[in-house]
Amino acid sequence: MSSELLTMTEEEILDQIKNEVDGNRVFLYMKGTPEAPMCGFSNQVVQILNHIGAEYGARDILPDPRIRQVLSSWSDWPTIPQLFVDGKLVGGCDIVTEMFQAEELQPLLGSEAS
Amino acid sequence: MADLAEITKLIEDALPGATVEVVDQGGGDHLAATVIAPQFADASRLEQHRMVYSAVQARLDGGEIHALALKTRAPEDV
Repeated sequence: MSSELLTMTEEEILDQIKNEVDGNRVFLYMKGTPEAPMCGFSNQVVQILNHIGAEYGARDILPDPRIRQVLSSWSDWPTIPQLFVDGKLVGGCDIVTEMFQAEELQPLLGSEAS
Repeated sequence: MADLAEITKLIEDALPGATVEVVDQGGGDHLAATVIAPQFADASRLEQHRMVYSAVQARLDGGEIHALALKTRAPEDV
């Protein structure tokens, strides 16, 4: 998938991002994959989502640096990871962690596990 | 490498009246900031963080800051 990605135009990247965010109730843009996170902050969000048993889609932004640029200008959020729920940006590692600690994340993701 | 004093000033300039504390979490480019600002009064966490990020956007884009962990709240919450 990542090789074909490099030939995509920025408009196509943005369309793909919009489809992913709208097509998945919970979607995470991260460095690496849930199975192999490549950054501490991305890993922390993955651990939280796994801990509360959330179902989520994820995309590794590392294969093409334009993904982060297109995503960040669209979401108006400069850093990675970025968590989207119901098509809206929830935030990065800090906010997801704060919401988890305040037990606001579990009801939002609609999972009983806490 | 980020200049902590400069980052602090960038945030203070963008949020007059704010109390700002910036610390280096290691490597000189992984920073953490605690910002208590009156402008946060009825803003969501997301908006509060966005305000801080936009104040230091140039340093993020320039790579002086690789990561900026944020703790933000309005003064009343203190």
